[in-house]
Amino acid sequence: MTIKSMRDALNEALHHEFARDPRVFLIGEDVGGFEKDGVPVEIGGVFGVSKGLYRQYGRKRVIDTPISEAAIIGAASGAALCGLRPVAEIMFADLTAVCFDQIVNQIAKFRYMFGGQCACPVVIRMTTGGGRNAGAQHSQTFYPIFTSFPGLKVVVPSNAYDAKGLLITAIRDEDPVLFFEPKVLYTEKCDVPDEAYSIPFGEAAMPREGEDVTIVAFGQAVNWSVQAADELRKSRGIRCDVIDPRTPSPLDEETILESVAATGRLVVVDESPPRCGLTADIAALVADKAFHDLKAPIKTVTAPHTPVPQARELERAYLPNPRRIIAAVEEALR
Amino acid sequence: MTRDQLLGAYRRLRLLREFEERTRVEFQTGQIAGFTHLYAGMEAIAVGVCEHLTDDDKIISTHRGHGHCLAKGCDPIAMMKELWGSTEGLCRGKGGTMHIADFSRGMLGANAVVGAGAPIAVGAALASSIMDASWVAVSFVGDGGTNIGSVYEAMNLAVVLRLPKIFVIEDNGWGEMTPIDNVAGNRDLAGRAAAMGMPAVSVDGVDFFAVHAAAGVAVSRARSGEGPSTIVASAPRFYGHHEGDPQLYRSREDVAELRRREDCLPRFIDRVSTSGELTSAELSVVDEEIALLMDSAVEQSKAAPRPTAENVLQDVYVRYR
Repeated sequence: MTIKSMRDALNEALHHEFARDPRVFLIGEDVGGFEKDGVPVEIGGVFGVSKGLYRQYGRKRVIDTPISEAAIIGAASGAALCGLRPVAEIMFADLTAVCFDQIVNQIAKFRYMFGGQCACPVVIRMTTGGGRNAGAQHSQTFYPIFTSFPGLKVVVPSNAYDAKGLLITAIRDEDPVLFFEPKVLYTEKCDVPDEAYSIPFGEAAMPREGEDVTIVAFGQAVNWSVQAADELRKSRGIRCDVIDPRTPSPLDEETILESVAATGRLVVVDESPPRCGLTADIAALVADKAFHDLKAPIKTVTAPHTPVPQARELERAYLPNPRRIIAAVEEALR
Repeated sequence: MTRDQLLGAYRRLRLLREFEERTRVEFQTGQIAGFTHLYAGMEAIAVGVCEHLTDDDKIISTHRGHGHCLAKGCDPIAMMKELWGSTEGLCRGKGGTMHIADFSRGMLGANAVVGAGAPIAVGAALASSIMDASWVAVSFVGDGGTNIGSVYEAMNLAVVLRLPKIFVIEDNGWGEMTPIDNVAGNRDLAGRAAAMGMPAVSVDGVDFFAVHAAAGVAVSRARSGEGPSTIVASAPRFYGHHEGDPQLYRSREDVAELRRREDCLPRFIDRVSTSGELTSAELSVVDEEIALLMDSAVEQSKAAPRPTAENVLQDVYVRYR
């Protein structure tokens, strides 16, 4: 066990799976490298997640593409239909808008509309979320949209340990998986085993436990929620369950419902805008299935209904933070 | 081509035509639900290309896909059952007319989004390249699809990676109800493909032998690792964009004239009869055989089991929870 960043943990996961399964390949923009005057020049991904793969496996399995998202996803899905295990990289989740058809009309539907005669085991990795002052077109989350599509699985890790185990599970999974990597967390570190391990989909993590309030959070909002829970415990003696579903689809409903049955109070946190998102989804789930367990109205903490702004002050004001989560918990306790 | 090959090609041309004629009749009686797009008039393209392919080769088709499925060897009875929505259909009633697939035949799906099959077929060609396999991949796209960006993304990627891929552009002159002449900045569709960096030829899509020859070159080029190419084949669409299209944009006389002048079947028969390669008796046997097959397909489809509400939930995932 050593301390590793999420970037390195993801890189290890890719190396493990490349070594384990010759059907695995990586395709995307700048993921590999090229030869200049017969000498290999490695790029290894804009965020360095695919470091070393091009050098080790060459361009047959680490495929740099033109800036053509629809072709990247089509190429990955077609190869998956023919028995390979593609990992496609879309640099920013925002850019899935360019290849939305290939993901939601094609990949998500193949197995169903062809009557179960095929599988499409493709993983689409992408960076997600705000916090890097990247502005309105490079900071969106997009995982709520994809969670609404049957046929897709959706993963959002919140730490390096989960990222590695979940990516390995994603690559071994028989279904299409959209894997969202919160870009601000690439440098965040924690203990990560050197060997390969997998974390099952549909099983939430609970980084904090407590009997007063349930907090459900996704991606980097998990870390804000943990900070909020620690602060509340220290300063006010309030104890919170912090639930990180890890996979919005399939969703671990049981863990959420059990926790709410015990606490009677729910705060849902995500950095996406408020409408038609995961916070509304979890709130609806609990209102529908556990209304009588509730002792107070459900509170949500989200970004406002605006695009993601660029300037530091603006993005700071836009994103949720521990202070707002603490305020929501206090309201839920009122 | 040998006599057997010629007879096989004729059988498929006739099968494609009669399947569509029969589908049209049954659609009009209300037996078939959904947006149905008939391939009649364009048979020589699908058959001319697919005669070069084996079950290992992959194709992806369009919303007008019945012809490609049949040319690639899909079972016409299971296809008709799919049009009927039966659980014995090729896709168990989940796909219908626009989503017929048979992976055992290398038919990776008809596709209802214009142009969307091109990038996916590039993926099938990429798999062949990565796995050092010998199969090639073909995408069929209509002239309307040449105005979709992802088709050019697919062409460029196939060229860059030198993949065993054939782009077949079926030019019937109409993108739904709009003439291609009105919406193509450059009407030279082969020129547009060639500009992406690959060989591209235009052929008369009514002439089976012209398509067959061009496809032979493209397929052997792809198989020998020389990369992708494009074939633009023009042929008329005998019916509307979809069944129920009143075709206000062209006259009955124009369509009748097209049928007289531009029908691939008489053209084929003429050629093989004149050369003495096939006799009219041999061709008639095929015609009767296909007519009986269509009767049987419709009878079996009418009697085939229907899906139930539980089927809605099946086959969304391999495993979800």
